[in-house]
Amino acid sequence: MTNSLLHRRDVLSLAAAWGLSFALPPVDLRAAQKRGPERAKSLIILWMGGGPSQLETWDPHPGTKIGGEVKAIQTRTKGLQVAEFFPLMAEQIQDLNVVRSLVTKEGDHERGTYMVKTGYRPDPTLRHPTLGAILETELPLAGVEIPRHVALGDSQWPSWGGFLGAEHDAFKVYNPGYDLHNMQSFRATGSQARRLENLNVLEQAFQAGRQAQARKTLHADAIKRALQMMNSEQLRAFQIQDEPEASRKAYGDSQFGRGCLVARRLVETGVRSIEVTLNGWDTHAQNLEFHRSNAAILDPAFAALMQDLRQRDLLQSTVILCIGEFGRTPQINPLQGRDHWPTGFSCVIGGGGLAKGMVIGQTDPQHAKTEPSDPILVPDLYATILKLFGVEYSKEVLTPIGRPMAYSSGKPIARLLG
Amino acid sequence: MPQRIRWLPFAVALSVVLLVIGATRTSPRQSNKPPVLEEVPSLTETVVSVDNFFEAAWARQQVLPADRAPDLQIYRRLSLALLGTIPSLEELRQFEADQQPQRLERWTQRMLNDSRFGYYFAERLARSLVGTDNGEVLVFRRDRFKEWLRENLTRRAPYDQMVRHMIADTGLWTGVPATNFISSAFASDDIDENKLAGRSVRAFLGQRIDCAQCHDHPFDHWKQSDFQGLAAYFGQVNKTPLGGIQDFSTVDYKVENRKTRVEEIIPPSVPFHPEWVSKAGSRREQLAAWITHPENRRFERATANRIWGLMFGKGYLDPVDGLPDPPEGQIDLLDILGADFRKHNYDLRRMIQVIAASKPYRLDSIHPIEDENRVEELKSQWAVFPLIRLRPEQVIGSILQASSLGTIDQNSHLLFRTIRFFRETDFVKEYGDLGENELTEQPGTIPQALLRMNSQLIRDLTEANAVNSPGRIAGMSPDTATCIETAYLVALTRRPTAPEIEHFMKQLESASKNQRPQVVEDMFWSLCNSLEFSWNH
Repeated sequence: MTNSLLHRRDVLSLAAAWGLSFALPPVDLRAAQKRGPERAKSLIILWMGGGPSQLETWDPHPGTKIGGEVKAIQTRTKGLQVAEFFPLMAEQIQDLNVVRSLVTKEGDHERGTYMVKTGYRPDPTLRHPTLGAILETELPLAGVEIPRHVALGDSQWPSWGGFLGAEHDAFKVYNPGYDLHNMQSFRATGSQARRLENLNVLEQAFQAGRQAQARKTLHADAIKRALQMMNSEQLRAFQIQDEPEASRKAYGDSQFGRGCLVARRLVETGVRSIEVTLNGWDTHAQNLEFHRSNAAILDPAFAALMQDLRQRDLLQSTVILCIGEFGRTPQINPLQGRDHWPTGFSCVIGGGGLAKGMVIGQTDPQHAKTEPSDPILVPDLYATILKLFGVEYSKEVLTPIGRPMAYSSGKPIARLLG
Repeated sequence: MPQRIRWLPFAVALSVVLLVIGATRTSPRQSNKPPVLEEVPSLTETVVSVDNFFEAAWARQQVLPADRAPDLQIYRRLSLALLGTIPSLEELRQFEADQQPQRLERWTQRMLNDSRFGYYFAERLARSLVGTDNGEVLVFRRDRFKEWLRENLTRRAPYDQMVRHMIADTGLWTGVPATNFISSAFASDDIDENKLAGRSVRAFLGQRIDCAQCHDHPFDHWKQSDFQGLAAYFGQVNKTPLGGIQDFSTVDYKVENRKTRVEEIIPPSVPFHPEWVSKAGSRREQLAAWITHPENRRFERATANRIWGLMFGKGYLDPVDGLPDPPEGQIDLLDILGADFRKHNYDLRRMIQVIAASKPYRLDSIHPIEDENRVEELKSQWAVFPLIRLRPEQVIGSILQASSLGTIDQNSHLLFRTIRFFRETDFVKEYGDLGENELTEQPGTIPQALLRMNSQLIRDLTEANAVNSPGRIAGMSPDTATCIETAYLVALTRRPTAPEIEHFMKQLESASKNQRPQVVEDMFWSLCNSLEFSWNH
């Protein structure tokens, strides 16, 4: 792989040729090698696109009117039962917490995704950043040359920078594991140098009289950072060829499984925010079957990720959140499906120094009341994570339209902070 | 890498070679056509009003507008906005040879008559009308809807009529493609009246009431009851067993009251000017009449703002579908354009011509003021042409066009167009498609830079061969200066500056005969990776 990449020395000479004075930061090996609570924290969001049913995942109610046919199994957390589709996670979930009472007001996929990814309701006048983008922006990392905010898999709305700027959008890798995504130059280094010299001449001609507008395009910065990435040894984190067969098998031969494995490698390299997407939860028909087949992808990948993080002593520095845009209705519709339900749905959260082994909130098994007890709001969940990372969650940022906006409108959940 | 992908680069490279041959072969036939002088309708009065509006504003705000841009640059903008691609060398030569009066006006007209316009603009309009989702395949076909839009654009159908068809037509999506506007809102076999209400107000009235679905608008005057009343106009729509769109006049529209949890019947109602609602016809016909009523300023203003946005890359007012209420007792640019639109039978093409002929559209993107804040102010006053990131399909269209000397259009080889379609969709996704929100300003990103620098596509298109433009320019230019100039015209629609000529002259003259194609390739790569190439200016 390294042969086809530019050599570090070449990049520096190209940079000089291009009139750029970027010095590559030294790779901070010590930071990447730190373990335990000393290590800089990372966030992995396992995004369940389409909205998984709480009842067929983390909040089963077998034998009730709303419970459907799924059975529950005991986990290693005392008093916590999950759907039978998660036998492997049942052995890992004791290090995490289950929230069963998430509540939002957004029952549409796009609006719900916006709400759960940002902690804000969609607003026609501005676009809020996602949690991952806030962390990446607020906590810059020296020494990480590859993107510090990455979205793995085929997401319709991959994590975005919103008013923080498109440069904070997640770097998207659609087919994680094999895909370096245009990060290798197809030409010899000599040619590359000539090309960049040319570019320099072109930019000088075009920017005359347009400097201010040209700077705002970030075109040159994007090329500069792209070159830096193309040269980086850290690109290996995106590839899983050198992972042992057993490890690849454990995560499962699926796009999502490979995504989770890449996520672990990215965390090891020091990447701040990672989102791995698993779609297919929008089960308006055949809810049970689709949850069974989706869980067969999620369960091994999630469990292998937990095991790996623990074994490598990365669990104390890595927050994991498994969540979708909403849950699904307690009622089963005539097509044996469940529809959108933002009132009382579940997520799994933990790691990074958060408390563990808790079950927060409760939905009514008889569905006599729709609101769950002990409701948890997404903004509160995100205020908690921001606080854990040491980011002032109530910090107000001036948006491009001049309206100040807090990173989170919520309050940290003390119980979760442990 | 999975097995099936391995052969793909080779197959694609081979196809490109074949296709470019096809494309370039068609070119002589076209260039031999006798030049036809397009007839330009009289736009003068409205264009003068538009120009006066801006000049008065600039004087009032004491801002100095930029100079007029060179004609070639304006031509490039027009081609990107109307055809989704940069002009070919073949077209540029014809444009430059044309010395008759009203050249730009006539060439605008010519582009509007080009079959590429219908295809390209139909996609742009479809985004605001039905979004980019593919919806439920049994009842909704986005491609049929787009084709319907294209046919209507081609035969200059009045836009108000098109809108009435979309809102009120009944029948099957196959036979009556306008009904796809309604069927795009089918979800889980049920029509989503809320989606249709929100979409109609955004697309046709340029305002956002979506959040009034659940609560009163936080800072506008829209009430939840306004939203429900509008949604009720779609409350009788359903599909027949065959999948056709039909109204069932005995059905009541019911909404569960969020407080009492009791279902209430919601009668249709409009938030203002109920007298515009037609008395006869289905509920949807009544609403269609209200939306397109000649006195409904919001309708023409919304259309004007979107067309302005599609020409410049961002709306006159931003966001393009989040307009404030029409100003009381005064008119602004959107009213000037809107009134002309209404008076001329809601002709979208005429509106495009007016905007294309207006002063702001012809200003340079160069301005002596260098301060970033001041430049923002100039941009908001439209006193300088804004640098706007090209949409992904404009970038891909331009790269494809730059790789060929002849025009790649509907006359090009069929296979070429098929490949172009697949490549466009892939590229569009990777480049970062903004979907419905494509008219928002965005900076360049690292993935885009990587895609332009290293992707297989760029490799295929910039590596010199016997038929593509790098190969032909390297092999056939009579001298080095011509070689450089041709490359600039092909990629950037301009001639090189003196320092640029000097730079490339040195490179090419010092290269051996064998090295020369590679040097030209690299020149092409650099042209396609420049800021100038992928930003509208």
